[in-house]
Amino acid sequence: MVKRLSGLQRDVLQMYRQCIRQAHKKPEANRPNFIGYIRTEFGKHRNLPRKDFSTIEHLLRVGHRRLENFSAAEVKDIH
Amino acid sequence: MSGLLRSNVTRAALRRGLATEVGQQAPRLKTFKIYRWSPDKPAEKPRLQEFQVDLNKCGPMVLDALLKIKDEQDGTLTLRRSCREGICGSCAMNIGGRNTLACLCKIDPDTSKESKIYPLPHMYVIKDLVPDLTQFYKQYKSVQPYLQRTSVPADGKENLQSIADRKKLDGLYECILCACCSTSCPSYWWNQEQYLGPAVLMQAYRWLIDSRDQASKMRKEMLQNSMSLYRCHTIMNCTRTCPKGLNPGLAIQEIKRSMALE
Repeated sequence: MVKRLSGLQRDVLQMYRQCIRQAHKKPEANRPNFIGYIRTEFGKHRNLPRKDFSTIEHLLRVGHRRLENFSAAEVKDIH
Repeated sequence: MSGLLRSNVTRAALRRGLATEVGQQAPRLKTFKIYRWSPDKPAEKPRLQEFQVDLNKCGPMVLDALLKIKDEQDGTLTLRRSCREGICGSCAMNIGGRNTLACLCKIDPDTSKESKIYPLPHMYVIKDLVPDLTQFYKQYKSVQPYLQRTSVPADGKENLQSIADRKKLDGLYECILCACCSTSCPSYWWNQEQYLGPAVLMQAYRWLIDSRDQASKMRKEMLQNSMSLYRCHTIMNCTRTCPKGLNPGLAIQEIKRSMALE
């Protein structure tokens, strides 16, 4: 039985997926840097309570903005 | 004798110097309640923080008080400001329930009342009094706020305009895009994604009636849908709140009229 996810949870997972997909468009040598960065950024808020909707929505907005910045083709590497 | 005279003169001068000095006044402490929220601690809820400012030692405008607080009491207070004379539109915020520029808003001298300061309503907050205006600027970009012509002027130098045509732009070109009007509009609150909002529509009108612009047909076509223009229900909060005294409500009405007459 698959666990039913709330809309917000799906948004977060979708966001993570988008990030990883964008990372795979970067030069292969730097890919681990991007993926590591994505994982630590998501990990920072791992312990956020599930019901803290306003915070999660805020973090999603911040994440989308950052994704937009980093998915530009000029960005080749991340530290 | 002359030495005595001179000492008398210097004493008189000293006394005059003393007379201009401000006497000890009772401090007029005014309470400011300011919206605080930090993105570094996203799980913390927004709160109102109280600050007390002595109005005798502070400039007359709300921006002066805010900068005084930032300088002397809490350096972490965050706000946008630049020109401090109402020409840049950076310091737009909600003061005492009204959207206005902090640099043009006098402090209410009544010290028994506290003054409440919030960021612009219904905008995502970046920090404290700084709202996220990305969407607003995107919308401004979408109306293509620049001169569009297919033909080149006859003398190859300037696009000339009659004095009467230039007069039509008065009351429109002064807009500084502070976003006070857009964020005071309930229609804009509920349909921020699609409705352009008064500030942007006024700029759209500014380019529609510019005699030098030749793209008015395309501009009108862009507005020809139920959302971008027709969400304006002439609530007129925009005109009421505009810190520059402009009339975005009238401009929107004029666009609607010119589109209806086509």
